[in-house]
Amino acid sequence: MKCGIVVFPGSNCDHDVYHVLSHVLGQETTFLWHQETSLEGCELVVLPGGFSYGDYLRAGSMAAHSPIMAAVRRHAEAGGRVLGICNGFQMLLETGLLPGAMRRNRDLRFLSVDVHLRVERDDLLYCSNYRRGDVLRMPIAHAEGNYADTEEALDELERRGQVVFRYVDAAGRLEPTANLNGSERAIAGICNAGGNVLGLMPHPERCAEEMLGNRDGLGLLAGAVAVGGGRVGALAAAGG
Amino acid sequence: MTTPSSAAGEPVVDSFLAADHGLTDEEFGGLCDLLGRSPTWTELGIASALYSEHCSYKSSKIHLRRFPTRSRRVVHGPGENAGVVDVGHGWVAAFKMESHNHPSFIEPYQGAATGVGGILRDVFTMGARPIACLDSLRFGEIDGERGARMRHLVDGVVRGIGDYGNCVGIPTVGGETGFHRSYNGNILVNAFALGVCREDRIFTATASGAGNPILYAGSRTGRDGIHGATMASEAFDSESEAKRPTVQVGDPFTEKVLLEASLEAMRSGVVLGVQDMGAAGLTSSCFEMAARGGAGVELDLDLVPLREASLTPYEIMLSESQERMVFVTQRGQEEAVVEILSRWGLEASRIGRVTDSGRARLTFRGRTVADMPVEPLVDGAPVYDRPAAPPADLQERQQAVACEPPEDPLRALKDLLETPELGDKTWIHRQYDSTVRSNTIVGPGSDAAVLRLKGTPSALALTSDVNPSYCWLDPRAGGRQAVAEAVRNLATVGAEPVGMTNCLNFGSPENPAIAWQLRECIEGMAEACRAFDVPVISGNVSLYNETEGEAVHPTPTVAIVGVIDRLEDAGTDGDLHLVLACGFWRPGDRVVLLGSDSGEYGGSAYQRLLHGVEAGRPPAVDLEAESALCALLRQSRRAGWLSGCHDLADGGLLVALAECAMARGIGLRATVDCGPLSLFSEGQARAIATVPASRTEDLLAAAEARGVPAREIGDVGGDRLVLDFDGGAVDSAVADLRRVWTEALPRAVG
Repeated sequence: MKCGIVVFPGSNCDHDVYHVLSHVLGQETTFLWHQETSLEGCELVVLPGGFSYGDYLRAGSMAAHSPIMAAVRRHAEAGGRVLGICNGFQMLLETGLLPGAMRRNRDLRFLSVDVHLRVERDDLLYCSNYRRGDVLRMPIAHAEGNYADTEEALDELERRGQVVFRYVDAAGRLEPTANLNGSERAIAGICNAGGNVLGLMPHPERCAEEMLGNRDGLGLLAGAVAVGGGRVGALAAAGG
Repeated sequence: MTTPSSAAGEPVVDSFLAADHGLTDEEFGGLCDLLGRSPTWTELGIASALYSEHCSYKSSKIHLRRFPTRSRRVVHGPGENAGVVDVGHGWVAAFKMESHNHPSFIEPYQGAATGVGGILRDVFTMGARPIACLDSLRFGEIDGERGARMRHLVDGVVRGIGDYGNCVGIPTVGGETGFHRSYNGNILVNAFALGVCREDRIFTATASGAGNPILYAGSRTGRDGIHGATMASEAFDSESEAKRPTVQVGDPFTEKVLLEASLEAMRSGVVLGVQDMGAAGLTSSCFEMAARGGAGVELDLDLVPLREASLTPYEIMLSESQERMVFVTQRGQEEAVVEILSRWGLEASRIGRVTDSGRARLTFRGRTVADMPVEPLVDGAPVYDRPAAPPADLQERQQAVACEPPEDPLRALKDLLETPELGDKTWIHRQYDSTVRSNTIVGPGSDAAVLRLKGTPSALALTSDVNPSYCWLDPRAGGRQAVAEAVRNLATVGAEPVGMTNCLNFGSPENPAIAWQLRECIEGMAEACRAFDVPVISGNVSLYNETEGEAVHPTPTVAIVGVIDRLEDAGTDGDLHLVLACGFWRPGDRVVLLGSDSGEYGGSAYQRLLHGVEAGRPPAVDLEAESALCALLRQSRRAGWLSGCHDLADGGLLVALAECAMARGIGLRATVDCGPLSLFSEGQARAIATVPASRTEDLLAAAEARGVPAREIGDVGGDRLVLDFDGGAVDSAVADLRRVWTEALPRAVG
């Protein structure tokens, strides 16, 4: 599947995503410059982590108005796959492709640590390699990952089943101590109503290879490039 | 050519004004002789920056020559922005460490942030993409009311480092943090960065080819940081607070863009030389580039992009505004570089050209404001062999004091783990992104960080070390020990050391006792470097770390980089992060103690932290024993015998065993044939290795062949740390120890 990774001047996880999509999963992968207006026929568009334009205002807020985002929006609205990781998730919120907003982490500090996530949906393509209730370990690295919205909006999000990942403890239980950034309802990742746009704060691209001691994130990226709705059978063989 | 002159309104330069700029009468006289006249105001500013300790190394140069700087792997030794070594498979690594002590004490957040920015630029101006940072930090006492300001400094420094490195996207994978009252008036912030590139892509900061244009890129020039280099070359006094405006302000986003744009410009083929504007800004970058190329420069200061129009030539030349670079390109091809820079949103201006005059000629508003010979100012800066003598109280310091055995070794262990010094540093590390770039196999908190080198079977290992108490008691032994410990840390993961960088942090070299410390530390480090065959390829000297006559402990921070040739030798892919990290993880493994103890308590954590004493001789460093141990560890790693390894350092055997147990909450049961005091001895050349039972014989036989004492002391397993010793036992739930250890630092920083 042709994959495009949008590069903003302050993107710093672009090469990491490229490495996994191209070298680990063997996908045709290209970089898309933020000032371009075409997605060059990419079926999966990834908004990678980083600091887009410095994020001195609010993470992702300026990136939401960059030329390429109009094309990303059209792609998403037409049902195309868009995956936002960390800063990319923040951009999806800022563009309105996903609901809600990010606040500074609860203790106002940058958090670089492994967390546990519970998979809440397994009927999404992105999660086709996981089962509902699976507990994954992934690194987070952010200062603004404290997900927030109004109570009504959160209820609506839950009712529509748009919560895809929640912060839990190693046993899969919801515990305040496992929700380090203080997100409402321990939300770590959500999708749009169509399930084609996914945003999450943790970094699956940093835990997709055995050599780094954790491959829990590979399933997500493999799901993102899976053809049709089927499971990715060759996951084990694709590992790096 | 018109003779340069000071403008109306600029002060008349005389020896008093020169003294205000930190120049001695002799230095000022030499400058006048060199120019054949009195310097202009701008020239005085330039000369004072180039003659500052920070830029000229005038008090340390004579000692730095003791370091070995060559090996078959060294591509560029000291003198470039960063040293470069061959790490195999067509790759080279560029790395350096630099201090940002003075600014960080005055303004911790920006001081530390710009320290990271500066060292990253030093690395990418060599054409290498930065892939890792380490930070070695020293703070004063942080307890109680007195420690309030220090807690503010800790918080600011850690945030500053984090916010800068996290934004640029370079993982901070290790370092060290120490606390001692000698840093109450001067903290130390030493930032290390490492970058990699293909061996044929290395650049140097050289200006060559008369007529080639000089481009200025990045942020505009403002008034921040003027005289930063000079400030970093002076002791603090009660008026230092007024120097807050000399601290630069960092912008990591511009740094990130400058990094990408610079690397792309260097790949374009039309760039000849690159230099960042660090300490002493435009002055040092232009003079040093010209000196390296044996060339001259002509700059039109009217063309320098300014934040405000009213800057004077003096200010333009001495500003230390951050995130600025100078490029020298092929004549007629500057547009290609300008285009790359502007695509990344960066301003670029042609501010001058390279000449063959060997002089730096600066004009401003049609007037020549400086015309100075380059080479004599850069390479001919004064060199001092300062009087050196041991401190008057040395004998008293080195007087051995009896060390009482602990009545309750478990209590002593917990008391040690509860100090900020030995407590868990996760509170710091988790504010730094340590996994971006997806190379980190072993991150912060182990003996050495391990990063894979994508596209090769190899990995790089990094570590930094120094024990200031040892250096204070015996600088030569302390210097030797710092290098030995770093080499040992690398050996625990099987890495062969390939190059060293350092940051030499001392008080005023004009004090003979400090000059002696500096000389002795360097001598000790150099001895160890020769013994381990580790070349020094870059480094930095930070003197005048003292306040109102109180100097910091001598702190020669050492960072060494090692290469693991084939990761697959050490373990299977899925196990590497466990096998190479510090910590027990597989119940049933045998625990083997390597090396022998000589009962060392001088400067030990036990003596300092539990008894409030700092006296005696620091641990003896037997370089042959260290070499044998390190060779054994590397052999064992290559053979894949070890499931884990941790060196014995601060706190001794019991602390090391506790660290291995606390890492993953897995205990051990072991027996040693020594008394309770020995559990805290800091005898060197020792390590704990864990091996599957089937490999124990291999390890013991190899140790015997190399003359390394080795004994099986017990087994990994359970959730308790149980250690029987002569006359008693330590027995504790690992979880209890872990609680004390993890809570120590968060509680201390409040």
